[in-house]
Parts: sequence; structure tokens; C-alpha cells
Amino acid sequence: MSIRYGLLALLESGPRYGSQLRTEFESRTGATWPLNIGQVYTTLQRLERDGLITPEGGGDAKQQLYAITDTGRRELGEWFARPVDRTQPARDELAIKLAMAVGTPGVDVSEIIQAQRRHTLTAMQGYTRLKARALAAGPDTSDEMAWLLVLEQLIFFAEAENRWLDHCEARLVRYAKDRRGGVGAAGTRPGPTAGPDDPPDEAADHATTAARRSETAP
Amino acid sequence: MTDPHPREPGTPVLELRQLTRVHGTGVTAVHALRGIDLTVRTGEFVAVMGPSGSGKSTLLTLAGGLDTATEGHVLVEGRDLGALGRAQLAKVRRTHIGYVFQDYNLIPALTAAENIALPRELDGTSTRVARREALAALEEIGLPEVAERFPDEMSGGQQQRVAIARALVGDRRLVLADEPTGALDSETGEAVLALLRRRCDEGAAVVLVTHESRYAAWADRLVFLRDGRIVDESAAGTAESLLAGEAAR
Repeated sequence: MSIRYGLLALLESGPRYGSQLRTEFESRTGATWPLNIGQVYTTLQRLERDGLITPEGGGDAKQQLYAITDTGRRELGEWFARPVDRTQPARDELAIKLAMAVGTPGVDVSEIIQAQRRHTLTAMQGYTRLKARALAAGPDTSDEMAWLLVLEQLIFFAEAENRWLDHCEARLVRYAKDRRGGVGAAGTRPGPTAGPDDPPDEAADHATTAARRSETAP
Repeated sequence: MTDPHPREPGTPVLELRQLTRVHGTGVTAVHALRGIDLTVRTGEFVAVMGPSGSGKSTLLTLAGGLDTATEGHVLVEGRDLGALGRAQLAKVRRTHIGYVFQDYNLIPALTAAENIALPRELDGTSTRVARREALAALEEIGLPEVAERFPDEMSGGQQQRVAIARALVGDRRLVLADEPTGALDSETGEAVLALLRRRCDEGAAVVLVTHESRYAAWADRLVFLRDGRIVDESAAGTAESLLAGEAAR
């Protein structure tokens, strides 16, 4: 969907060849979502079928120049005006993984959280270096500005993920403490540590395993 | 400029050896740090992360000689801080260590230039030379216009950048920053990090304590603290491998 409108937006600046569209799409998004040329041609065929673009001049598929139509221009305008839908979230593997981990015996949730945090932060370090480089070089052109915005989106989303992970960890630790204290109800202060015969609880167990390990680690 | 993030390890600037800090005694004793080992070298930028109460601020105050370890050693460019007398320690702090606080800690009665010049003058540099250095430092951080302003005449972002200039003036190679972006908006916070990054690329060793991953991501190496212990560490992947990985998918 976004490739379709991305190509349409590029054609708004004037007729383009398929290979040109691919290059321009990548330079504006810093090759964050690389396109293969086959994808570009398939998308162009669909856009032509739907009357949003039209071939100009002769030439074979690979040497074909395309221009946006009035219908295409209208549909592009509607796309820009319409908010991107966030009410139908795409399946998120990490959220699913944590949801499963909480109820799976023998799985240490806090270990999963830490491994993910380290990975996400490493990715953020890479993005931040690219960003520092982009800032040092400009941005002077709209392509450079577009790339910087995309890069910062990656950084902010990774940051949001890390904050969520911090929050998950804190919540699990507190839940485990409450369970251990035999109080259970959310928002109540944990009581004195109860004995080892407490009713077992998976999430609490996994969180406490981690807490214990960090207490006894060398 | 060549590679701004050289892979060659530099010489150790800060060495923490089995560092332990216990507050109080007996049943009320609180173990803020439990046997921390950490080495930070020239040109290296380390971010220390962890939840509140994990010991990250304690680590920094010990590294900066602002507090004394219960056990273990802090070495700054080879000098064991615990073995120094008060006067010697104060001198090492002035000449080797730059400390950046969350709330800037500028002296309200001094102008920006005077704040930056003060540690140099205390060290015996003449007022004229210290002032020249301070003006050059302000130039370098892009704030020459605030030289004659007092702290309350500057924005938070300007004050923090002046505080960093003060922490870096002279030839101090260890910069310790405790949540330096805490009170700043996102863009100003970033300017502060860019400044630390640059000094690091010029050869300083930087330790940043932060709970914000977006700022920690400016570092070369991340250290995670929990309950006074280092529970995990990570080095930076390169930007190139990152995008190559994306493209290969």
C-alpha cells in the first residue's frame, strides 16, 4: 500500500521511468525499505490498471515512462489527507512473545526483556550514528531531510519499545513481590515475605527467579 | 575527518576495580554498589543504564571522587583516588575530571565565562589566559554570545552547555555526566549529547548516566546496572552492518 502511494507521490513531480522511481524512493527513505525492481514494475502495472498513471511514449516495459493522471492526483491527495490507521495494529512479534512467555513454564521473562533491550539499543546506536552523520552533512536537500525524518522515526519507535520493556520489567517485579507478600491485589503494598509454600504463579515465579539471580550473581 | 569512532582501544582513563559502596551498617546497611569492574579508555563513550536505585549515580560520584568507596579502587589515569589526600584529590578533580550535573551547578554570581574560567584559575592559570580559554570554549560549543550572561539569564539548554564547557576546559580527559539531559527538551538534549560525542571523538573518555535510551544510543558501549551490579554489557554494532542486514532481507 505504501509503495503504491510512494510511487504515486514521486510521479507527482513529473514523469519517471521505473528504475528512476526505485532510486528516488530509496534515496528519500535512506534505503530503509529497499525495493526490488520487480516490485516497482508490478506496482506500476496495477497503478496503470486502476487508471492512476498512464504510460507516455513508446518503449518496452523496462523503458516505459509513466505519468500521473488526474485520478491518480486525486487519490494521492486523499492519501495525504487521511491519517494512517492505527486502530488495526499489525501483529507484533515481541508483544506476542512476551504474552506467551508470561504463561509458559520454565521461561524467564526478564531474560527475554533484557535480551530484547540490548538488541533494540544496539540498533538505536546504529541509527544514532547514521543520524549524527546526516546532521553533520546537512540536511540541505529535501531528500536528506526526508531521510533524517525516517531515521528519527526508527529511533523514536525503538525508544518507545525500550520504555515499554522497562515498564514490563518493573510491573513483573512488583507483581512478583505482591504475590510473594500474599497480598495479590494491585496497588496494595507488599506485606512481609511469605514462606516457600505460597501458591505458585508462573509470572511471579519467572520474575522472582531473575530477581534472585541478580541478587546472587558473582 | 577519518573514522569518528575508532575501533583501536585507547589507554585506560577510568578504572573501577571491585568497587563496592555500602551506606549504613548492620541490618540497615544498603548495598549501593557490589563489586563493579569497569574500564573506560580514551575516545570511548560509555552509557550506564538501569532503573532508579540500581546504583548508577553512586557509580558516577565514586568515579568522580565525590564520594569514597567502601571497598575497591577508582583509578583515574592511573591514580588511585582512595590513596590521595584531600588537597591532591581536589587537584585531580580539577585537572583530570569534568563532572556534569543534571541541574548544571553553575555559580549564580559568576558569568558564563567566569564559571568556565574558575577551575583553571584555581589551578594557577592566570586570569587573562583562563578567560581566553573560556571564550574559546564558548565559541566551540556555539554559544559565544552568552559569555557575559549570568546563569539566570540563560535557558536551561544554554546553562547545560556552559556546564559542559566548564567540565572540558583545560586538558581533562574524563567526563562524567549524570542525567545531563534531564531537564532539557528533546532537541536541546540532543545538542548536549552531540557535544559529548564530539569531545569523546577528540580523545576524551565519557561516562554518561541516563535512563533514556535515546540518549544512551549516542554511546559506544552500554552498561546495564541492577541492584548495584553490572548485569549486562553491549558494544555498538556499526551502522553499515545494520542497513546491510535490512537490505539482505
